Amino acid sequence: MQDFAESFAIAFTLVVQLDPDLMEIVGLSLKVSLSAVAVSALIGLPLGAALGMARFPGRSVFIVLVNALMGMPPVVVGLLVYLMLSNAGPFGWMRLLYSPGAMIIAQTILITPIIAALTRDIVERLHEEYADYFRSLGVSSAGCLGALLWDARYSLLTVGLAGFGRAIAEVGAVMIVGGNIDHLTRVMTTAIALETSKGDLALALALGVILLALALTVNASVMLLRGTAVRTAYA
Amino acid sequence: MTYTVRKPLRLIAVTALAGFITAASWASIVAADDDSIILQSTTSTLNSGLYDFLLPEFTAKTGITVNVVAVGTGQAIKNAVNGDGDVLLVHAKPAEEKFVADGFGVERFDVMYNDFIVVGLPSDPAGLREAKTATDALTRIAKADALFASRGDNSGTHKKEMSLWKSAGIDPTTASGEWYRETGSGMGATLNAAVGMGAYTMTDRATWISFKNKGDYIIVLEGDDALFNQYGITLVNPQKHPHVNVKAGQAFIDWILSDEGQAKIAAYTLDGQQLFFPNAGTK
Repeated sequence: MQDFAESFAIAFTLVVQLDPDLMEIVGLSLKVSLSAVAVSALIGLPLGAALGMARFPGRSVFIVLVNALMGMPPVVVGLLVYLMLSNAGPFGWMRLLYSPGAMIIAQTILITPIIAALTRDIVERLHEEYADYFRSLGVSSAGCLGALLWDARYSLLTVGLAGFGRAIAEVGAVMIVGGNIDHLTRVMTTAIALETSKGDLALALALGVILLALALTVNASVMLLRGTAVRTAYA
Repeated sequence: MTYTVRKPLRLIAVTALAGFITAASWASIVAADDDSIILQSTTSTLNSGLYDFLLPEFTAKTGITVNVVAVGTGQAIKNAVNGDGDVLLVHAKPAEEKFVADGFGVERFDVMYNDFIVVGLPSDPAGLREAKTATDALTRIAKADALFASRGDNSGTHKKEMSLWKSAGIDPTTASGEWYRETGSGMGATLNAAVGMGAYTMTDRATWISFKNKGDYIIVLEGDDALFNQYGITLVNPQKHPHVNVKAGQAFIDWILSDEGQAKIAAYTLDGQQLFFPNAGTK
């Protein structure tokens, strides 16, 4: 199809020319989604690890709940955050709606369950292995939690990437809470939606190609860092 | 074993650093200042490129940034009712007047107009090109069971379409899912869908002219007075929502209604065609 060839040509031209609008949109996409991953990690890693280690009544119900939240539709998250941050909503006074901050909040809510659920799974297995050892050393719960997270750090990188992938790819949430405002809240996915609605399918697909390349770059960088870190650790 | 007490501490330090970086960039993350307004707008004005043409000049003159949130008229009004915007620029006069009457808007002004058209396949299966009026055209579509893609999203265009069906004495929603296809999405998405399935659809002329995925579609109905499309502007009422940026919002309204703003609207063309016709002050 001619559209595909045209799209790749457009994508190539935009990237080679370092199109300033494109750079701004790419920059904001990265800023929003990486911030969301960072905040989600702060919440999701300890939460997931605690859930993996602790034994309490109703634990399995809680795990099922967190796992189910991985399937939350972005548009629903966007709607919830909109209702919270709207000036008619309880947090309207924060004046966050239609700002990158609102987009980070929405994506954080979207991916925290992913980080927590996958962390829980990884830490639970590790904990089964080390539980007796920790007990013999008399390590505190917080100490165990930190040690397990540290030991699982390379697997947890993949968890972070899963969260990043979900965040950078979603359009439903950021569209509602960000508003796709030019030079303020426009990211790759909302730009793609806009160009599609203008009927400029070639440009929309070109942006899609660039978004894929972006995800590829982030994943490759993390894997490279991980490779270096592993070599250093065992050298 | 490689465990030491220090390693968890390092983990915490790294996470804290990540959090700190996030917090540091937070300053540039929060929006809204004195020199910016949020314009709740319909999509046609954005998609057609009108704002790209108008707003830089306004910003250069006043230093006020206009942040455009382009959604369907129905959603734009809803957002404005919630106070999530300073100015409303949409195209559904009755709904806008209700917005003002309910106390959410200060006063509504006519800004500009263009018209709605019906587009379809060149083969024109329902014979719309022979139709004299919009109601005649819609009657032909219903009689022929010809595919028609409706916005179905409570937008200005959708409200207009429903009023035309009403004056034709037809309730198309009884055929919903059959020949009447409600996409429930924006104008662009509905045009993409219509072109994809060979359906007729109604669109504002500005969106159509700027739309790039026309396929072999042509205009099959235009020119009826009933297809008039009026755009209006309203300041969100600061008595309902005290945070409304009255000064900057009013400055924008004053400018767009001024001779200068109106001339600028008239000067915007695409492919040699004027997309919007200013008519401020003609009540």
